[in-house]
Amino acid sequence: MDVKERIACRVAQELKQGDVVNLGIGLPTLVPNYLPSDVTITLQSENGLLGMGPLQGQPVPNLTNAGGKPCGTLPGAAFFDSAMSFSIIRGGHVDATVLGGLQVDQHGSLANWMVPGKMVPGMGGAMDLVSGAKKVVVAMEHCTRDGGSKVLKTCTLPLTARSKVNTLITEYAVFKFKEGKMLLTEYAPGLSVEAVRAVTEAEFEVSPDCHEMDLSLLTR
Amino acid sequence: MYNKRISPDAFVSRLKDGMSIMFGGFMGCGTPERIVGLLLDSGVRDLTLIGNDSALPNTGVGVLVANRRVKRLIASHIGTNPLTGQQMINGELDVELVPQGTLAERIRCGGAGLGGVLTQTGVGTVVGEGKTHLTFDGVEYLVERPLRADMAIVKARAADEAGNLVYDKTARNFNPLVAMAADWVIAEVDELLPLGSLDPEAVITPGVMISALMLTEES
Repeated sequence: MDVKERIACRVAQELKQGDVVNLGIGLPTLVPNYLPSDVTITLQSENGLLGMGPLQGQPVPNLTNAGGKPCGTLPGAAFFDSAMSFSIIRGGHVDATVLGGLQVDQHGSLANWMVPGKMVPGMGGAMDLVSGAKKVVVAMEHCTRDGGSKVLKTCTLPLTARSKVNTLITEYAVFKFKEGKMLLTEYAPGLSVEAVRAVTEAEFEVSPDCHEMDLSLLTR
Repeated sequence: MYNKRISPDAFVSRLKDGMSIMFGGFMGCGTPERIVGLLLDSGVRDLTLIGNDSALPNTGVGVLVANRRVKRLIASHIGTNPLTGQQMINGELDVELVPQGTLAERIRCGGAGLGGVLTQTGVGTVVGEGKTHLTFDGVEYLVERPLRADMAIVKARAADEAGNLVYDKTARNFNPLVAMAADWVIAEVDELLPLGSLDPEAVITPGVMISALMLTEES
């Protein structure tokens, strides 16, 4: 099973019935596929839509998601301007945001918007989302393509926000950030605490109830 | 009573090299494409553009970047238009990246007569460098200053003759904000309606903000 699908499957368990959720572009958009059947969430899209749904039929002009792709609306949806959109985001009206990451460190800081000299796409809405959402979930692969850990003692790339991440989910592990501490709460099936430590630069504590990740919904 | 409709020639006569222009649109969705075409054909250059993103090289304001008409860009995202990044790295284009919610509020402040806004967004990042920090009730904020421009270009679904505007779906985005924050504001609309055609409860941008109107397509 694809690594991104595994991460998305675990992220889905972070969301509760009725949550208003903003999903970043890429991996996070896979998350709704793995929601348990008794959980319905409302999607907020920062370009000005609450109640986003999948595209049904032909694209509708002037109706896109935050990636500029055609989308749909669900009954009860609302459109608004960008000031309202970010009032919803910063004002604590979004229950959870799920974003991709380039690096996360043991202080709960996130870097995901630029690589100096290489890639400067801009932060878009990420800095506001990470600062304002009630719960910040970072969903990313644990290591870079050349095998280096992306879970660091201190981020080396420019930060998106300092100490705002609540939960980090990778294909290997789930970490929670509480009261300045980084806690390992779950590891992937077949792994161990030691195996997670071997691929993680950050120093973390192991939660007393640390257990194996539940990926049973993957097979659905 | 109102005479806001303007011809393409009259619009072009207002353009000056080096001017600042705010635009509505999110990856081109909600950008007035006819007006962008007039800007391009006019040859105006050294523009400062202020808006969410530089779209794609062939959509929205992306075509102005692609044709090297832009000297300075204030935006939250440039990743979908590789030419913006290239010109930035070559030193041809000065880019100020602003978090999207902060950009929206800075523009709103510019149009609302406010001296700035306090936000937690960007604290502890490069966005906060060199900016005033204030702490209230134990929470640290950045002071973000207002933005205004010489001109704003807006896309709306319909206007009445007074310039009252209604938008279409996610094409609204930054349009109602930029409509407030420039010295002269033009709205490109799909439909221009007689006074009394729009329900006052449904109006999103009051006509007082709008200096001029142009149809997307002339009939």
